[in-house]
Amino acid sequence: MAVVFKKTSMLTDVPLHYCPGCTHGIIHRLVAESIEELGAADKAIGVAPVGCAVFAYNYFNCDMQEAAHGRAPAVATGIKRVNRDCVVFTYQGDGDLASIGTAEIVHAAARGENITVIFVNNGIYGMTGGQMAPTTLPGQVTTTSPYGRDTSHCGYPIGISELLSTLKAPSFIERVSVHDVKNVVNAKRAIKEAFRRQIDGKGFSLVEVLSTCPTNWGMNPLDALKWLEANMIPYYPLGNYKDRDKEAASK
Amino acid sequence: MAKKLYKGNEAVAEAAIQAGCRYFFGYPITPQNEIPEYMARRMPKVGGTFLQAESEVAAINMVYGAGGSGARVMTSSSSPGVSLKQEGISYIAGAEVPCVIVNMVRGGPGLGSIQPAQSDYFQATKGGGHGDYHLVVYAPGGIQEAVDLTMKAFDTADLYRMPVMILGDGMIGQMMEPAEIPEDYQPIVTDKSWATTGGGRRVINSLYIQPDELERVNLRLQKKYALIKEKETMYDEYLTEDAELIFAAYGTTARICQSAINMLRADGVKAGLIRPITLWPFPDAPFAAAAARDGVKKFLTVEMSCGQMIEDVKLSVGGRKEVAFYGRTGGMIPMPRDVYHYALSVMR
Repeated sequence: MAVVFKKTSMLTDVPLHYCPGCTHGIIHRLVAESIEELGAADKAIGVAPVGCAVFAYNYFNCDMQEAAHGRAPAVATGIKRVNRDCVVFTYQGDGDLASIGTAEIVHAAARGENITVIFVNNGIYGMTGGQMAPTTLPGQVTTTSPYGRDTSHCGYPIGISELLSTLKAPSFIERVSVHDVKNVVNAKRAIKEAFRRQIDGKGFSLVEVLSTCPTNWGMNPLDALKWLEANMIPYYPLGNYKDRDKEAASK
Repeated sequence: MAKKLYKGNEAVAEAAIQAGCRYFFGYPITPQNEIPEYMARRMPKVGGTFLQAESEVAAINMVYGAGGSGARVMTSSSSPGVSLKQEGISYIAGAEVPCVIVNMVRGGPGLGSIQPAQSDYFQATKGGGHGDYHLVVYAPGGIQEAVDLTMKAFDTADLYRMPVMILGDGMIGQMMEPAEIPEDYQPIVTDKSWATTGGGRRVINSLYIQPDELERVNLRLQKKYALIKEKETMYDEYLTEDAELIFAAYGTTARICQSAINMLRADGVKAGLIRPITLWPFPDAPFAAAAARDGVKKFLTVEMSCGQMIEDVKLSVGGRKEVAFYGRTGGMIPMPRDVYHYALSVMR
């Protein structure tokens, strides 16, 4: 019988600990499939963050290091400088990357560090129980913004793709979503392209993936997907923010 | 190989390279800037990598990644910068990643001063970051010893899979002395099959979410620390055999005490020195042995701090003899004559 689909060998058989309806599982699969399809399975090294994806080292079927909160791009820098032929990636959430780890991500990007960053943005701190993130939308209720995020008190969400795209060195920065099948397919394309840039030695690549957190948003999984589409995408427009290959081609 | 005149910071940097260090991640801070500057010039010439990190926090995490990939790797800083590194050092200790960290200590707390001090003793020896861990801490008393201990530090780090610290001070970093840096050094070779080099399923990690598992990890680390205490403790003694007054001092201060001891001896005061070379593990045996000798009247701890190592000296002496203290702090350096006069007042 012909096999039409099988799980990527880049994921282990360890059951994922994520909440029901969380889109981390989809994003894990896209990352794993991309690495496998690019023939990089035997030279992949991943860096897990602190946050919901802290146990990513149990799931990705490759060498892994677990970083302190926000420090994954620095750890990945150390790994990549030693293992120049390996494919090194970080997998980070928005608290990790866009709050405590802003210095590390900005400078890894500014150096054009030849690594791939998967940035999962669900607008909230999931692991710690739903506190306000740097990416929490204005007015959004969280456990530390119980009356809604008040922008006069704690400012506005950070658009990481927009911010990093102002830097010269990054090769590829794109924001995608996984709230429906079409977008999942598109996210896969972007993630694969990001890894391809690294394999081709073109430097820093980042894919920001809009993701849901049904548990801490207080919604069922389907409503969470709808909420993402209706509320997050207008604030965080999807699309490519930086593509040095295209910039070079258009010159 | 002939001796050459080296500045302490540059000697430490070259010694690291001769010990096989090929990765250095650092951030500028006085008084250790000659280390990253030397590495920036030298690393490209030996096929190594020097990278100036965006912060000490990033530098120590780059060290974590490179060390976890099996490389011989080093970072250096001075007191405020080493405070920033403590998070990373705790993770490195927990994940059992070998690396070398140099602290050319300056006055504190806070931004403090840029002059030599020994006020980071607690931070270095008692676990500056969170959790039940130790670093092996070497305290060189001169440039040649800084060279020898830096080279040894890489072996110790590999052998026990742990971070090792060179605790110097602004004086050790800045002064010049003749030293010989061996170019035929053979680093010990250890099994690094645990390192992430691609193609494996290895995990460098300090997270053990099940408390019973974490307890087992901690107990295993404690066994390792006990072995290190047994095998790696280092100290030196100077004229202690007939001494009635035993000085306790390390690094720069130990040399000042030696001068003071010579002055005291010229006056007929029988003084000697026990100089810890490893601050962790602390050499408690020679202090305990001296405390048990009838001829020994008192101990005098001298530090460039308000009194930190004295706690370990007192624990070792175990209340059998009085332990006095003389210190200068804030970047002030005790003069031999000051130490001499204080010692006379103690023995009166």
